[in-house]
Amino acid sequence: MNTLTIAKREMGSYFTSLIAYVVTAVFLLMSGYFYYTNMVMFVMFVGSDVKLGLWQQTFYDMRFVAVSLLPLLTMRLFAEEKKMGTIELLFTSPLRDLEIIMGKYLACLAVFALMLALTLLYPVLLKIVYQLEPAPLAACYLGLFLMGGACIACGIFLSSLTENQVVAAMSTIGVLLLLWFLDWNEGIAGSVVVKVLHQLSFSEHFLNFIRGVIDSNDIVYYLSVTAFFLFLTGCSLESRKWRGIK
Amino acid sequence: MHAIEVDHLTKYYSNARGVIDLSFEVNRGEIMGFLGPNGSGKTTTMRMLTCFFPPTSGTARICGHDILKEPLEVRRKLGYLPESVPLYLDMPVRSYLSFFAEVRGIASRQRKARIDEVLDKCSLTHVAHRLIGKLSKGYRQRVGIAQALLHDPEVLILDEPTIGLDPQQIIEIRSLIKGLGATRTVILSSHILSEVSAVCDRVIIIHEGKLVAVDTPHNLTRRLQQTPKILVRAQAPADAITQTMLSIPGVLSVKPGIEGPGAFIVAVQEGLPVINGLAQAICAQNWSIAEIRPVDMTLEEIFIQLVADDTEVRRR
Repeated sequence: MNTLTIAKREMGSYFTSLIAYVVTAVFLLMSGYFYYTNMVMFVMFVGSDVKLGLWQQTFYDMRFVAVSLLPLLTMRLFAEEKKMGTIELLFTSPLRDLEIIMGKYLACLAVFALMLALTLLYPVLLKIVYQLEPAPLAACYLGLFLMGGACIACGIFLSSLTENQVVAAMSTIGVLLLLWFLDWNEGIAGSVVVKVLHQLSFSEHFLNFIRGVIDSNDIVYYLSVTAFFLFLTGCSLESRKWRGIK
Repeated sequence: MHAIEVDHLTKYYSNARGVIDLSFEVNRGEIMGFLGPNGSGKTTTMRMLTCFFPPTSGTARICGHDILKEPLEVRRKLGYLPESVPLYLDMPVRSYLSFFAEVRGIASRQRKARIDEVLDKCSLTHVAHRLIGKLSKGYRQRVGIAQALLHDPEVLILDEPTIGLDPQQIIEIRSLIKGLGATRTVILSSHILSEVSAVCDRVIIIHEGKLVAVDTPHNLTRRLQQTPKILVRAQAPADAITQTMLSIPGVLSVKPGIEGPGAFIVAVQEGLPVINGLAQAICAQNWSIAEIRPVDMTLEEIFIQLVADDTEVRRR
């Protein structure tokens, strides 16, 4: 119940401060551009395989937009409250830390879901002139949504560590990019290490989704990354108890 | 049962002293003033009482609930105005209060009536729909107080409630707080002594994290003043009136006062009704009396003396 109260306030804040509009606009602009260029490429060179290849390519491009924009949504969640001192109001209200964290997480996730929902316009328009398979597309959306959820959790954690929003955003982008490219070092690493890095990195799990494969392994992976970062956020908030905030 | 019981509360920061071994009680319905120079540990104490962070050792009970064992219960009983008056500046006053009403678990049917009530009490009704960020400091302060009052808490903790307000607003806020004290327990911190003496029933004085004194302003005066003093202001030749007053039994000394020409501070023996004798003696000489009254120490004087004693003790 309290979680929803917090989430409602955060949503309101996203929309009154225009952040949500700006981030959504940029997201739509970029994803629309990628969709358009991929479409042109497939129509001109591939022709027949638009069913799968188009979405695979478009979502592979869109993940980048998500990774670079989501930190801008998460950066304020705790950093701003700490800077303004309003965190003191939350911590002295009858709220559990978990309710505060989940409220903020859900609000941000809802804005991201809204951004994704608006991109549904592309396939809807395409369906008018072309017979689409909805299932692979659904897998793409699920993958991007889960990946975004993990990005948001990571961003919330880093936002809880600082009262500077720019620091929160930059460090989140850094961590997320690292998670994406974790498995690039195949050449020099031994085979076991590569296997582990593959499992840890964002990219391998995401590629399955955009290939149209929904594997419980990948779902569990993103959910555990999310849970892990939210747990760390809890620890970070808890640390005020032994760290003595001035 | 006391509304607030503080039991050997101690807080160390990693690089500084917070408060050391603080113990005191606040009765129900009492307005307690919390006095100390800047950095003496007032805010630290309040933050522990509101469960913002836990003490290093010791504990406290608010309405019988332990701050370590039942922090959520304690927070339910408390209304708190933090020192910097943090507010969500991007929200209108009414939505802001509505958010906290929800957080405080006020049933949705009573919410509107309750918000209207605190808006009215804090004279905010006419700005209810404005963004908090667009309001002046005085109004923001009142929004902060309104938030603290929203759930009709048994205990109110106000950290420097009148700082940065203009004199008119200070008077308004003070009378608001005084009105609250009738039914609720209030702790209010300040480093402005006149404010505390105007509003509070009892005073806690802390200095460098340690408790220096807990008492009523009146008792503090009595304790520190070795001999009672009387201020006399009269139109009379200075030498003659000094001689006349010294001749009255019970008068120990007469010194010219700082309250202008014709003012004298008369030190008298404890327990003798000297003031009547003084008045009669002066009238008998046909001098006119402008003023004659017992002098209390101001809280400023008490404070400076206590803090000076404390520093003195520590130096030894």
